[in-house]
Formats: sequence, C-alpha cells, structure tokens
Amino acid sequence: MAFLDKHKAIETHATLLLVLSFLVVTIGGLVQIVPLFYLENTIEKVEGVRPYSPLELAGREIYIREGCYVCHSQMIRPMRDEVERYGHYSLAAESMYDHPFQWGSKRTGPDLARVGGRYSDEWHVDHLMNPQSVVPESIMPKYEYLMGNVIDARYIGDSMRANRLVGVPYSDEMMEAAAADFVAQADPNADTEGLLARYPKAQVRNFDGQADLTEMDALIAYLQVLGTMVDFSTFQPDPNR
Amino acid sequence: MCAKQVQTKPGEVPTTGHEWDGIQEYDNPMPRWWLWTFYLTIFWAAAYMVFYPAWPLVSSATQGLWGNQAAGDPRLAVAEEIQRFDAANQGKKDALVAADLTAIATNPELEAYAKSSGAAVFKTFCAQCHGAGAAGVQNLGYPNLLDDDWLWGGDMESIHTTITHGIRNTTDPDARYSEMPKFGADGLLDATQIGQVVEHVLSLSGQDHDATLAAAGATIFADNCSSCHGAAGEGDRAQGAPKLSDAVWLYGGTRETITESVTYARFGVMPNWNGRLSEDEIRAVSVYVHGLGGGE
Repeated sequence: MAFLDKHKAIETHATLLLVLSFLVVTIGGLVQIVPLFYLENTIEKVEGVRPYSPLELAGREIYIREGCYVCHSQMIRPMRDEVERYGHYSLAAESMYDHPFQWGSKRTGPDLARVGGRYSDEWHVDHLMNPQSVVPESIMPKYEYLMGNVIDARYIGDSMRANRLVGVPYSDEMMEAAAADFVAQADPNADTEGLLARYPKAQVRNFDGQADLTEMDALIAYLQVLGTMVDFSTFQPDPNR
Repeated sequence: MCAKQVQTKPGEVPTTGHEWDGIQEYDNPMPRWWLWTFYLTIFWAAAYMVFYPAWPLVSSATQGLWGNQAAGDPRLAVAEEIQRFDAANQGKKDALVAADLTAIATNPELEAYAKSSGAAVFKTFCAQCHGAGAAGVQNLGYPNLLDDDWLWGGDMESIHTTITHGIRNTTDPDARYSEMPKFGADGLLDATQIGQVVEHVLSLSGQDHDATLAAAGATIFADNCSSCHGAAGEGDRAQGAPKLSDAVWLYGGTRETITESVTYARFGVMPNWNGRLSEDEIRAVSVYVHGLGGGE
C-alpha cells in the first residue's frame, strides 16, 4: 500500500514529525476534556448541595493551608469495602463548589468525605489538640495552635469573591451578610434565621467550646459539614451518567 | 542520506542507506512481538468503544454494550456486590433481629456471627473514641469498655439502648440524659466548700486526703451530691452517675481533676447509632461489647 509507505517522509523530517505529533495530542486531549464542560450528565442532579457558609469556607482554607489533603482523601470510591466503611460513594455533585477539589490522592489517614456528624465536636477538639490521646496508634501531627489563633471576618469577603469568580453561586445577599454569618455560625445565641435561610441546614454552635472565635471553630465547622449536604433520597444512579 | 543504497549479498540484511563516519544502519523489520502488540492495542481501542461509554455526543455519550450494566459501571457493580453479600447474610441478620437480646448468647452459631460482625462495626465506628482495643481514653472521658465499671449498665439490654440512642446528643430525643450542675461555675458552692467536698470524694475512694476538710465535706456531699452519686458514692446507673468509691475515673481521680469536675461539671456525648447502623449491626456490636469482659 503506497499510502502506508509514506511515513518515511514524516519520520525523516523532525519539524514535520513534531507538528503532526502535537496535532494528534491536541485532538486527543480536546476529545477527552471538552465534552466534560458541556455534557449535561457530568454532574448528577441531587438536592441539598449548597455553597459553603463563610465559616465553613474559612475552615476549608485552613484544611488546605495545613495540607490535610496530603494524608486524607475526600473521595469514597464505588467499592464494597469503602462504601461499608465510609458510607455512600462520593458523587461529582458533592465537589461542585470545591475550588480546588479536595479528593486527594493518598490515604495515610482515613477518608474524610463523610466525616461530618460522625464524631462530636469535643472529640474533634481532643483529637486535633493531640491525636494520640484518643487514637494511640495515630501518626497525625498535633494542631493545638489552631485553638489559640483567633480569627475574624476580615478576609472572608475576598475569599467568597474569589470563589464566585470561578463559579460558586454566592448571591449578592450572601456577600453582604458574609461577615455577620461568619460570626453567627459559631455563636449559639446569635440570630441565625438569615444564616439558615442562606445556607440551609448549617450547623450553629460553639464548635471548640471556648469563647473566642478561633481557627479550631472554623475547621470543625468544615469537618462537620463534610458529606452531610446531599439528600440521597433524591439520588438515582442514572445509567446515562 | 546521500549515500547510495548499498548492494547486499544474499542473506545479508539491507541497510537504510545512511552512513555517518563509516557506520551504517541495518534496515531490520520491526520485531514481531512489538508489531503484534501494536495491532492488539488498536483492536483493544476498537473493542473498548463497542463495550464501554466512549464517544461524546451532544448531551450524553455513547453507552456501549456494557454502559448500562454492572460490567461497565462500577456504581452498579458495587450496589450489586453489596446486595449479594447482604442476601447471603440475610438469614443470620433476621435471626439476630428476631432473637431475644439475652438469648443470643445461648445460640453459639448466632453469637459467633454477632461477635465477628460486631467487631467489624466496632473497629469502624467505635474505635475512634473507645480505642481499637476498647480500653477508652483514661482521664479524657472516653469510657473503658473492658472493665465491669458501667455508667449506664452493662447487661445486654442497657448496652443495646446506649448504642441505639446514644448519650446526651441532640439528634435523638430518646438519648440517655443527665446533667451534673456546674457547682463552681454557677456559684452553687464556693471555693472553700468545693475544696472540702473534693477531700470527701478522695476519702470515698480511699486516697490520701485531709481528714478535717473531708469531714466538713461529708455534709456538703450529702446535701448536693448523694442524690445522684449515692450516700457512699456508689453511683446510680439509672442516671449515669459514676461510682466515686472505686479507683476507676473517667476524667481523672486526682485532687485537681476532681476539683475541675465539681467546678465545671462534665458532659460526655455519645452519638445515637440508630440513624447510621441497622438494627442487626447494633445488636451485633452490642454482643461484641458485652463479650469484651465486663458484660453482665
């Protein structure tokens, strides 16, 4: 076949080989990546997933800053052992407001995708202060300084604006109330009607048990909401997804 | 490139015609194993497109022959697998749920099943607080489940109730509940009185104490503490009031930790598991905990 013998022309011209290789890789890449942006069925339609409340978002940033994702994944794979240990496998919809997502790639510690509500706040405080006090065989470092780092709502507006820029639907109302919501969620005596209307089922309490609003409050607020948003009664594994 | 094709003798491999500094390149055919592997990958790609979801279309992708069944969708596969294991154990699960709680121990086969599946449940859901070996965390308020010192009772029914509804949580209205007053923080007792009653508590458990202060503390104890903890500090399981006359301490038995307990009180929380575990799992882990050594 004469056509198949032509490859010598490509193989003996370095520039032509480079250009054509680049073309092939480009087409292959586009075919794999582009459909994920427009296919309607990439993310399941489930109810309950909402953007993080300001305090939870701050906790998420602490989670990222401390590198929790290096040892903890947030991705329950569809395998029997994982589903029985951690709960329902993760859905794409659960990460849709995560920028960047925290799936992780390594489990030195357990998966945290559904850690919300699994332990009491007191346990989280004990455990973050000194993990070995409750799990002697753990190799997790101590994070007791989170307890002393008092935080305020100074940067939360910027953080939410950045998230909005990449597609998280924070409304104007949410942006305006950000600073107030930030403080209210950790204050059991605050008026939280607005907060709960904006962020349904947000958990309101003093997470770390001390008067100041600290990084510990934010981190525990974030941990306690992980995996609790999806209403699984609205989830049907659609074969077309 | 410029060299002419070299004439070859019969049986000698032709060269590509290149020559650099007198070195020529043989024009051997590609190894057969390599070529066939290459063809195999092409065939594999074509077969993949036939069996699995592959080509993106306008609003969805082609499904392939297996896209709608367990072979091609891990989500369906895991659901099927879980169903298969559940079905295999269904008879034992039903027997466990139907059995009288105290009668489980009389059926060796059922008890063996409950203990091994209960151990798995314990290691997944309970070990974080009570420890992988169920020894709890002394002095931090996570109870040891290996001893016979029970706060809310150590028989099968009590353990089952505690696991089902939990303790002092806000998510189950039937959770076990009791709350010790914050005698210091709420100003019910002053510092001197607390000092005296702490000496009395130390004396109840036979520790070193100041006898004069303890004597004064005895009246305070009788007035404020004995209704829950008992006149001699023997505790009351109906209210989850700990026994104070033994050497087992949930939050520490030193002068300092007892003072802290009296001043600020303690409020240990356990989740209710009826929302997360099925009845057969709760029963299995109850049997497991009951069989750890302290069961009554």
